[in-house]
Amino acid sequence: MLQPETAKLAPGLKPHLKEPSENLLLALKATLKRDLVLMLRRRGEVLNPLVFFALVITLFPIGISPDPELLAIIAPGLLWVAALLAALLSLDSLFRSDYDDGSLEQLLLAPQPLSALALAKVAVHWLLTGLPLALMAPILGIMLALPGGSYVVLAVSLALGSAILSLIGAIGAALTVGLARGGVLLSLLVLPLYIPVLIFGAGAVQAAIAGDPVTAHLAILGALLAVALMLAPWAIAASLRISING
Amino acid sequence: MWSFIHKLGSPKWFYRISAKLQPWFWVAAAGLIVVGTVWGLLFAPADYQQGNSFRIIYVHVPAAFLAQSIFVSMAVAGLVFMVWKIKVADMAAAVMAPLGAAMTFVSLFSGAVWGVPTWGTWWMWDARLTSMLILLFLYLGVIALRGAFTSRDSASRAASVLAMVGVINIPIIKYSVDWWYTLHQPATFTITSRPAMPMDMWLPLLIMVLGFYSFFIALTLMRTRNEILRRESNKRWVRELVEGAK
Repeated sequence: MLQPETAKLAPGLKPHLKEPSENLLLALKATLKRDLVLMLRRRGEVLNPLVFFALVITLFPIGISPDPELLAIIAPGLLWVAALLAALLSLDSLFRSDYDDGSLEQLLLAPQPLSALALAKVAVHWLLTGLPLALMAPILGIMLALPGGSYVVLAVSLALGSAILSLIGAIGAALTVGLARGGVLLSLLVLPLYIPVLIFGAGAVQAAIAGDPVTAHLAILGALLAVALMLAPWAIAASLRISING
Repeated sequence: MWSFIHKLGSPKWFYRISAKLQPWFWVAAAGLIVVGTVWGLLFAPADYQQGNSFRIIYVHVPAAFLAQSIFVSMAVAGLVFMVWKIKVADMAAAVMAPLGAAMTFVSLFSGAVWGVPTWGTWWMWDARLTSMLILLFLYLGVIALRGAFTSRDSASRAASVLAMVGVINIPIIKYSVDWWYTLHQPATFTITSRPAMPMDMWLPLLIMVLGFYSFFIALTLMRTRNEILRRESNKRWVRELVEGAK
């Protein structure tokens, strides 16, 4: 016997009558979950920046000198620059596959604000690129004879800093996603904007080595992150609209 | 007020009004620059520490002022274009970018030349030099992004977004580089330790700065007019203008 359509739904569940805020949360969760699953199924893409990070760090002792005393001096800067480049390398794929298969257009058409959905994508990017880089940096620090007492600061500053890098970088990635060969252009756009993060991130590690308090550096990184969290989603959304409609 | 802005937004009207304004700015630019150059190079007293080499200031400082002002004007023009869809604003932003990059290069180059007699070296990682170098990269990024798009509308909007992102970042970059420099303070003679300028050195400098600004306005008007003719070449008034001139 045929039943009315509504009877199939569980009692109380009316998908079209939900509160808008609840809808936004659902969409955010769905975006987060989808991106996490997609990234975890392409493990190579998650691992490549980490391998790149380790490789670049290997190049420096070979190119400069294996002397531990010299390496200890330049280690904070080297680790930060190499991590920054590794994060930059992974940016191009942030919106690329979604752009190619058209799911980015679906994000634009969704009733939820694009800036919020883009923020979810950036969060996944940080979780699978920035955070692993930050966790891996102390191991490479040992190899560069990084002086003791600065390892925790290195990881914390990289974790905070790479979140800013992901947010700023996403603006560049969104601007260049529609271009066939946007990779080099992306680094040209994004690297100058990374300089403040590099200064305070590497500065924190150097301060830790010198025995100075590091809270000021970390606080400024946190402040930069707060500003980026506030402004970057709008710029990312506007840039995505330009890339799709153009 | 509003009708004035709307009229200014029409390329045809802008073309007419700028034809009237343009000669005044060219005359002002030529007059001020000639007076400032002659006064600054021949009549202003030599510096008691730096001798005659300080006269580079009459090119260096106005160029550095323009380099920063042009980026801000470019971002303002980009904002006007994004909010009110005024095409003339984007044409002005497009022609400003190369001039701004050129001015940044002039200030960097004149600074390097000035560095030889005062610091004994062509380049120093001085805070101001470093932030000017970053500004040059920001300009090159905006120019490259505009050139990378095939669709003119996307190019305009992408360049506007990037200019606005850049202008928010410029103060952050500036202060972080200043901060970085104070951490790495090298023990050398800096420009800032020079005593305040006497009046007969300062007046020609002011005249040169005003002259450079007039030159910027005149050149921007002229090149925006060219850009209007190029982009509106299929409009009837442009065709009538060109054919009538024959």
